[in-house]
Amino acid sequence: MDTQTLDAETLFDRLFPEGHAITRDGLFFSGTGTSAGRSVAVIGSVDAAPIGVELAFRMAGEVLAVVRDHPGRPILLLVDTQGQRLSHRDELLGINGYMAHLAKCLALARNTGHPILGLVWSQAVSGGFLASSLFADRCFALKEAEVRVMNLPAMSRITKIPLERLEDLSKTSPVFAPGVENYWRMGAIEALWSGNLARELAAAFSTHETADRRRARGAERGGRRLALDVAERVRHGAP
Amino acid sequence: MERLTFTYAGGRPATRNAKATLAGVVGSGNLEVLVEPVAQDGAVTIEVTTAAVGFGRIWQAVMDDFFARHGLGDLRISINDVGATPAVVSLRLDQAIETYLGGGQ
Amino acid sequence: MTSYYEASARERVAGLLDAGSFIEILPPQERVMSPHLLQLDTPAAFDDGIVVGEGRLGGRPILVAAQEGGFMGGAVGEVHGAKLTGLLERALDTRPAGVILLVESGGVRLHEANAGLIAVSEIMRAVLALRGAGVPVILLDGGQFGCFGGMGIVARLCDAVIMSEEGRLGLSGPEVIETTCGVEEFDSRDRALVWRTVGGKHRYLLGEAAEIVADDMAAFRAAAIAALEHARPDLSLAALEAEHAGLGARITRFGACRDALDIWRDLGFEAPDRLPLLEADAFRALAAGRRA
Repeated sequence: MDTQTLDAETLFDRLFPEGHAITRDGLFFSGTGTSAGRSVAVIGSVDAAPIGVELAFRMAGEVLAVVRDHPGRPILLLVDTQGQRLSHRDELLGINGYMAHLAKCLALARNTGHPILGLVWSQAVSGGFLASSLFADRCFALKEAEVRVMNLPAMSRITKIPLERLEDLSKTSPVFAPGVENYWRMGAIEALWSGNLARELAAAFSTHETADRRRARGAERGGRRLALDVAERVRHGAP
Repeated sequence: MERLTFTYAGGRPATRNAKATLAGVVGSGNLEVLVEPVAQDGAVTIEVTTAAVGFGRIWQAVMDDFFARHGLGDLRISINDVGATPAVVSLRLDQAIETYLGGGQ
Repeated sequence: MTSYYEASARERVAGLLDAGSFIEILPPQERVMSPHLLQLDTPAAFDDGIVVGEGRLGGRPILVAAQEGGFMGGAVGEVHGAKLTGLLERALDTRPAGVILLVESGGVRLHEANAGLIAVSEIMRAVLALRGAGVPVILLDGGQFGCFGGMGIVARLCDAVIMSEEGRLGLSGPEVIETTCGVEEFDSRDRALVWRTVGGKHRYLLGEAAEIVADDMAAFRAAAIAALEHARPDLSLAALEAEHAGLGARITRFGACRDALDIWRDLGFEAPDRLPLLEADAFRALAAGRRA
C-alpha cells in the first residue's frame, strides 16, 4: 500500500475494527479506539502537519487530560509530521519550550502508569518526531512510512559531501539516510507493521515496557554499535 | 583526508609524570593536538590526520622545526587537522607541550 | 572578566568548577571517536566534541558535560550523544547534587543524522528520568553557536536555563528558517533581529531562562551554584498543569505579536528598543516584576 492512499480514517478502521470515536480538528485529532476490548486514547495529526506552538500545546493538553481523567489508559500517538513548523513567530514564542512541554507531559503519563506507543503511519521528521512518537515507550512504523532528518540532496548541500557518496554509503549504513528500515536497525523503531494492524496493536499493548531499550536494540540489530557501549562506559567507568 | 606519520629519535625524555594533554579544537583552519607520555627510548611519534591532502612536505618541515626547538622524547603526539596554516600548527604544538610540561590538564 | 562566549568547552569546565576538581570520563586519549565522520572523510575529534566528568561546584559534588561548539557546531552524533546519556544515567547511580550541562549545539549532526536524532531522544529520556529521581539538571547557554535543534528541546526539559545575552535558544536556527522559508520570514544576517528573537534577554523575559548573567565565567559560576541550591525537580501533574496554563497564556497574549519589541512593550517596558543596550545587571533590575 502506498503512503498516499492510506488516509487517517482507513488507518483508524484498520487499527480499531472493534470501534473508535476520533474527532478531527484541522490537522489535529484525538479520541478513543478499542483495542482487545480496552479503551485506548488516540492523539495525532494528519497531512504531514508542521508542528508549531499551537499543535504541540494541543497535544500536551490532550495528554494531561488523559492523565487527569482516565488513570492508566493506554495512549497511542499517531503523529504525521514533516517536522517542527519553521517560522519566525514559532521561535519568538519559544517553540522548543512547547515541544519540551509535550515531552514532559508524556513522561508524566509514563510515570503514572499509562502505556504509550507511537506509530509512524505516514511520515515523521526531526523535531516533530522527537517530542511525540519517538518519546513513546516504544515506537512502531508502517513499512511504507518514512522517517527522516533530511533528504540526501539537502544533506549533501550542507555537508558538502558528494550526493553519490552519500547514496553509496547509505546502501550499507543506516546512520544518516531516511527510511523506517534504518530506524529499525538503529533500535528506535521497535518493529515494522503491515497486514493486520489491529492484531499488531493489541500485541504491542499486551506488554508494558517503560525502560529505554533502544540502544540495546540498536546494538543487537547491528545498526548502532557504539551508543550502548559508550553510554555504559560513561555510566559505570572510573573517572 | 590524509594520514601522515613522523618519527624522531634521540630526544631527551620529557617529564616523567606528565599527564596526557589536549590543545586546540577540530574546527575549520584549526587543529587539536594530543600529547601523551610513552616510553620508547627517547623517540617521538607524530600521527597526523588532516582534511587537506597533499601537504606532506610542509608538515614535515613544521615537525622538523618542532623537534629541533624542543628536542623532547618519549612522546606520542596525535593531531586532527582541518586545514590549519603552518603557523597555527606550530602554535598549537607549543601550547600543547607547554601545558604538558606544566603537568596540568 | 573571562568571557564564557569565547572559551572552549574545556576552558569552560575548568573556569566554572571548583579549581582542580574536574576528573574527565573517557578523556581524549581514550580516542572514543566517531567512525561515521571518518567514513565520510570528515575529520573527527578525540572526544567527539563533548567533555564529560565529575567535579565539584561550590563544594558540592556534581557531574558536568560541556559541548565544544568549535567542532561541528557542537552537533550531536552517536558517540557524543551516548557520552551525555551515559553521564545522566551515571547520576542516577551516584546521586550528585546536580548535573550541569554547558551546552553549545546546533542540534543533530547531519553526517550521522539518524544516530544523532535517536541520541537526542535518549538524552531527553535520561534528563527526565534523572529529574524524576530528584536530581536537578542545570543548563548553561552562552556560547557562540547557541542552543538549537534537539538540544533546544533538551534545554527546556531541565530545571533551569542560565543564559547570557549572547546565548541563543531556539529550535530551528535563523539560517535554517531563512534557507527554507526565505529571507522575508527570518533574516538571519540581521543580528539585532536574531538576538532579540532567540537571545538571552528575550528568553529571560518570557520565563524560559531562569537567570540572565553577563558574559563572564564567574557570573555563570555564581548563577549555577545558586540554581543548584534552589532547584526542586517537580514533574507532577500539578506542576505540568501550571506550565500548561502558562504556555497557553503566552499564545493568547503574544500570539499576534510580530516582533520581540511588541512583546516587550506589552510587558510594560516603555522603551523596548533600549533593552538590547543594557548590561545584564541593569537589565535584570529593570525587568524585575515585568517578566511573563
